[in-house]
Amino acid sequence: MAEPVLSMSGIRKAYGSVRVLEEVGLRLEPGEVRCLAGENGSGKSTLIKILSGVVPADEGTVSIGGRTIAGDARAAIAAGLSVIYQDFSLFPNLTVAENIALLKSTAARERWHRARADRRLAEETLARMGVDIDPATLVELLPVASKQLVAIARALANDARVIVMDEPTTALTRSEVARLAGIVSALKAQGVAFLFVSHKTEEVFAFCDTITVLRDGRVVADGTAAEFDGARLGREMTGRAVETQRIERAPAPQAPPFLVARGLSRRGDYAGIDLDLRPGEVVSLVGLLGSGRTELALSLFGMVSPDEGRIEVDGRPVHFPSAIDAMAAGIAYVPEDRLTEGLFLDQPIADNINVATLSSGFLSRAALKRRAVEAVKRLRIKTPGVEPNVATLSGGNQQRVVLARWMERSPRLMILNGPTVGVDIGSKREIHEILLALSRAGTAVLVVTDDIGEALALSDRILVMVKGRVTGAFDAAEIEEDRLYAEVTKEARA
Amino acid sequence: MPMRRFTNALASPQAVVLAAAILFALVIAAFNPGFLSLATLVDLLRNSLVTGIFALGVLIVLASGGIDVSFTAIGAFAMYATMSLVMGLDVPMPILGFFVLSALIGALLGLVNGVLIGGLGLPTLIVTLGTLSLFRGALLTFVGTTYITNVPRNVISFARTMILRLENAVGQLVSLPLSFVVLVLVTLFVAFLMNLTRFGRSIYAIGGSEEGARRIGIDVARVKVWIYVIAGTIAGLAGMTHMTLSRMANPFDLVGTELNVIAAVVLGGARITGGHGTVTGTLLGALVITLINTSLLSAGVPSYWQKVVVGILIVLGTGLPILIDRFAKHRERLARAAV
Repeated sequence: MAEPVLSMSGIRKAYGSVRVLEEVGLRLEPGEVRCLAGENGSGKSTLIKILSGVVPADEGTVSIGGRTIAGDARAAIAAGLSVIYQDFSLFPNLTVAENIALLKSTAARERWHRARADRRLAEETLARMGVDIDPATLVELLPVASKQLVAIARALANDARVIVMDEPTTALTRSEVARLAGIVSALKAQGVAFLFVSHKTEEVFAFCDTITVLRDGRVVADGTAAEFDGARLGREMTGRAVETQRIERAPAPQAPPFLVARGLSRRGDYAGIDLDLRPGEVVSLVGLLGSGRTELALSLFGMVSPDEGRIEVDGRPVHFPSAIDAMAAGIAYVPEDRLTEGLFLDQPIADNINVATLSSGFLSRAALKRRAVEAVKRLRIKTPGVEPNVATLSGGNQQRVVLARWMERSPRLMILNGPTVGVDIGSKREIHEILLALSRAGTAVLVVTDDIGEALALSDRILVMVKGRVTGAFDAAEIEEDRLYAEVTKEARA
Repeated sequence: MPMRRFTNALASPQAVVLAAAILFALVIAAFNPGFLSLATLVDLLRNSLVTGIFALGVLIVLASGGIDVSFTAIGAFAMYATMSLVMGLDVPMPILGFFVLSALIGALLGLVNGVLIGGLGLPTLIVTLGTLSLFRGALLTFVGTTYITNVPRNVISFARTMILRLENAVGQLVSLPLSFVVLVLVTLFVAFLMNLTRFGRSIYAIGGSEEGARRIGIDVARVKVWIYVIAGTIAGLAGMTHMTLSRMANPFDLVGTELNVIAAVVLGGARITGGHGTVTGTLLGALVITLINTSLLSAGVPSYWQKVVVGILIVLGTGLPILIDRFAKHRERLARAAV
């Protein structure tokens, strides 16, 4: 066995009386790509904080490249560890070159800023990765995938030997994921070790040699990727068998459509869209980022106006100049990014649930609380009460708060954009069940997603969107996963 | 495409401000042909000395994502305390000593801001609003409220030393005092600090993403303490410069001009949200603000109008680039559709 570049052993950590990590150990050899898998709340983030020296462990040792790190972020960086956070932690106002060089110059405690040297370092590093990005560009102007590459380059420029990546593929399209995989394997050959933190099973198998599974603060499984399959990984992460198949259901009733769209077009976003959304039916709109799926969904909710076409509700033509008009017609919209668009993070759970239903001028505190408590119970939101801020909840539970808010309005059409992004496997299934139940109670449900597994598990009908057009409509019970995948990723026919 | 070039040129606040200033100067020149002259420029430089020095300190704070409204109180305190100290002790002091002492007092008051903001992590606006009132109150309560008019002879002779003397079109004498050197030195120092040191890059980095800065190992608290110490030092120098120009120490001066200075820095391209701003832009902003304030006055426009013009310029200078950017994005979307 080669000398490990990273080793952790006997790590314990507790916040107050809550034990977050118990006897956790982890090792990484040069050129190894290991996946750290676990649900939200399993202790993954705490482990990363200890690893990167941001938070000290109560017990146990961390050593990187033979050096012991004890709660010192600078020492961890100097020893060759780089963490690439989900938000990349870049400086939008600085150039690519400055972003790449700043970590190294800070770690080396350099006194001077040398623009030319920064540029050279950036060029060399990007070339080593085989990436073509202009070092003089401001980072804020780069697309998401390029930002991630800059973050990796920044780590490499500082001679990183271990790169920790937190949920690296969340914001990437298929082709960008493939490019990332290529870069990772090239760097791996150069001896760089990676620790991928993830709960997406597909990417775990696409990238990793070895897997460590964390559950409730303990390592519950550790082995080579070959020893795992999707089912086992899900089982280890959740502690129970997880259904990845389609949820059993009665066929959707063929009610007259609640909402009909005909020939809906918006220049640059989508064209010639026909839609029928019926009460009691779950329809998925599946497309990649940039396919126009979000713009179309927003048009149905009055946030983006179409240039052409018509929308009918209950057979009568309607026009939604704003979201308020769409809400009045019985439509609810759950946005893609619940953290910035959907939730008031530092407000209590109860207020977050009630905010969309406040219409009369007077509030009854007691009635509002009662309603929130019922919603929490019905959606099985894990929380000690309705008073804590939403920020204290895990991703899956936050998403349930958003659902609870809109379900309080008893909408006739519920549009959900990426309903389980950043939600762990166990919660995902439960959210799907909640949505299916909602639909069967008579609500039309439209799910906008790029998660093919989600579309198959949840929907009655699937619409595929490619480059602004609906290129296929399928019965979810009949289409195969591979076929659907091919449909979604194929280029638009001219 | 000339239209495209035109809108691109207007897409930065500096460009809008520069264009407005040139337009403004041309309008004045139409009424007053003697306006476009070297003499006017020299006069403008003299009048923008104090605003310019203050503005450079504010630039550092804005670039880090903070805001400082206490700097005028620091300037007044440092200047007045220096004068009463020197006059009270009645010892001979070289002119450089006045500036050094005022800068040191400014640094000390800046340290108070720095410890509260960097050390304790309190919000910058609240802290500096508090210290604005605190420093001003302390000055008037404990140091003094009387004008010091009998300033030492070497201060007077420094104030009378001119780098340049010129006659303007109507035969009035305009001159550039030696204290212009203070602006030059502060400019060189801030330009050096912001562009050639890692410390300067750290300031922009903190302004761009404070959490990001912390994650790459920048000692954010320490950098912030230094930012306010430096801003305080510069404010002390600005206060003393103001004293030499007016040849007396008035404890009631300066406070009240904060927004004027912050406006100059913002017009120069710094953003209230942090991470942006250049030394050249800041000096340009200070010149434009001064141009508007003084030329309107000399053209006989009531001084309230200055505020209206400055206000319009701020909204235009910061708003127009945003609108142009939005329009460009809209066109890009349409262009994508055409493909």
